[in-house]
Amino acid sequence: MSLASPDLAGRQLPDRLKTPLQRFLVSWELLLLSVAVAVFVLNSFASPYFLDPWNLSDATFNFTEKAMIAFAMALLIISGEIDLSVASILALSSTAMGFAVQLGADTPVLVLTGLAVGLACGAFNGLLVTGFGLPSIVVTIGTMSLFRGISYIVLGDKAYTGYPSDFAFFGQGYVWWVISFEFVLFALLAAVFAILLHRTNFGRAVYVIGNNPVGALFSGIRVPNVKFALFLLTGLMSGVAAICLTSRLGATRPSIAFGWELEVVTMVVLGGVSILGGSGTIPGVVIAAFVMGMVTFGFGLLNVPGIVMSIFIGLLLIAVIALPRIARRLLARRKV
Amino acid sequence: MIRLLFKSREAILGAAILVLVAAIASRFPAFVAPSNLANVFNDTAPLIILALGQMVVILTRCIDLSVAANLALTGMAVAMLNTVMPGLPIPFILLVALCLGALMGLVNGLLVWKLDIPPIVVTLGTMTIYRGIIFVISGGEWINAHEMSDTFKAFPRAALFGLPVLSWIAIAVAAGFAVLVGRTPLGRTFFAVGGNPHAAVYTGIDVGRAQCAAYVLSGALAGLTGYLWVARYAVAYVDIAAGFELEVVAACVIGGISIAGGIGSVGGALLGALFLGIVKNALPVIHISPFWQLAISGSAIIIAVAFNATSSRTKGRVILKKAEHAL
Repeated sequence: MSLASPDLAGRQLPDRLKTPLQRFLVSWELLLLSVAVAVFVLNSFASPYFLDPWNLSDATFNFTEKAMIAFAMALLIISGEIDLSVASILALSSTAMGFAVQLGADTPVLVLTGLAVGLACGAFNGLLVTGFGLPSIVVTIGTMSLFRGISYIVLGDKAYTGYPSDFAFFGQGYVWWVISFEFVLFALLAAVFAILLHRTNFGRAVYVIGNNPVGALFSGIRVPNVKFALFLLTGLMSGVAAICLTSRLGATRPSIAFGWELEVVTMVVLGGVSILGGSGTIPGVVIAAFVMGMVTFGFGLLNVPGIVMSIFIGLLLIAVIALPRIARRLLARRKV
Repeated sequence: MIRLLFKSREAILGAAILVLVAAIASRFPAFVAPSNLANVFNDTAPLIILALGQMVVILTRCIDLSVAANLALTGMAVAMLNTVMPGLPIPFILLVALCLGALMGLVNGLLVWKLDIPPIVVTLGTMTIYRGIIFVISGGEWINAHEMSDTFKAFPRAALFGLPVLSWIAIAVAAGFAVLVGRTPLGRTFFAVGGNPHAAVYTGIDVGRAQCAAYVLSGALAGLTGYLWVARYAVAYVDIAAGFELEVVAACVIGGISIAGGIGSVGGALLGALFLGIVKNALPVIHISPFWQLAISGSAIIIAVAFNATSSRTKGRVILKKAEHAL
């Protein structure tokens, strides 16, 4: 029984650290990358339409918006918190933009509205969690109902349409040939978040908080400020995703992006981020986004209904966490 | 004594409900007519049953987000069973529903117990899987009232001493849980596991097994509710009770059940569910659009959790930091 300090029991420091190449060879990212390649190859055999550049370009829309939220969510989960209200923030942000359109707002104002509402929702979550010390999972289950509830109050069973034509660029525009604006934004944000998490003091602080919040506090990290910033960031990214999705659909209903919080969390966990906090990488999340997008797209080409795909996503979520645990247990048994 | 009463969450929540009902009654006296209150209770019965099941899961520092999908899958399964074999007696259908629900709860429980996967991940996963299985077994078709046998549909509505069977089942489950939680070793185990898992291990409790037992209980109740739901509304399709799991968690949180585990009571869960049920039924009466309901229950969750945190003073732990299992 390992009770008092289960993490330290039996852990030994190695004589020398593994080289970066050795670490990469046993990493989650490589395993995930091989899954991505396998899915890609299988798909191209399964359907003759898969390898068409325009089809592949369309497929990226399956994951770009969710991945934008997933980057921020990854940081939040690494720090030991969670935000289940992201899809509702998206809905409220989209509703606010639709409302602004009715007042005659033009595209720059719409973008600002979307971002501002995202930030405000993130600030509300952050204030409740860090200011009042409430558990984030309950707070965000509450705000998940609240934010989408406000959208329902505003819209009821109606929909906002009539977005200006230049607003359509964010979700439907192409930068070069088949490369969409959304994909470029996705790649750009991936780079920004990778640098933020892996190359800055802020990123290190996120890991430290996730591993040991008390230790982080004693080592001079302003834990509440960092967490508040992460909630703000998640709200902001939900606002960005709201702009892209609203622009792509050209309409806002209160049920927009319903159930996305689940897919975003799945993406993050699939990307190797520990749901208990403290570990995970942005490249992992990027590859996970590709895997999920390719699986969804491939199934779509084979005429598999969306709800059957969701069985697969659910199994994937459980399997990716269960398999390493089973493997570790089997290995440990062999050593004994 | 009075101070004790003031400190008890159940008393405060009960008072809040009374104030709410009185406020509604002052303008719409018909709302407090006994027959209408009985209707409201009957309407809330599924939520009460599920909230009680969810309570024991949350007590052990877990969460069960798959209850609504479990409910829908069991409902679809028994409805299909009924269309194929209309002659099956109701007790047998109830048994099938309970067992099927318990089986799905067992899957959750085993994944949490044996593989040590965080509960929120397990039940997010099984939630989508169970929902997807409904589509696979039904092919996306609806099962409508005329395809179900009359005895199948009549059971939850049958009146017994003035109340429908559905209400009586909710009362029976609440009474059963009061005994289970307060008077049996298993019930105390749930509190011990959630209150202090390390201490629980030292007193000889298998933490994982207790959590698994909680999931089986929650699953069995979801299965039972699945049959009652489908029979009461006389329709079964893929999306029934979609999003209901959040309402169930909301009822528990409003009822003062701490998401950090180890704190909660049958009365709290009951009152939490009743609060949401009364709000839901009162909105049309006081001419507020039902679209307000989502925002109101969201606000109620936030207020309740903030209130619980300030009144209890013990710092809430994140549920993601799960109870450690004895190895």
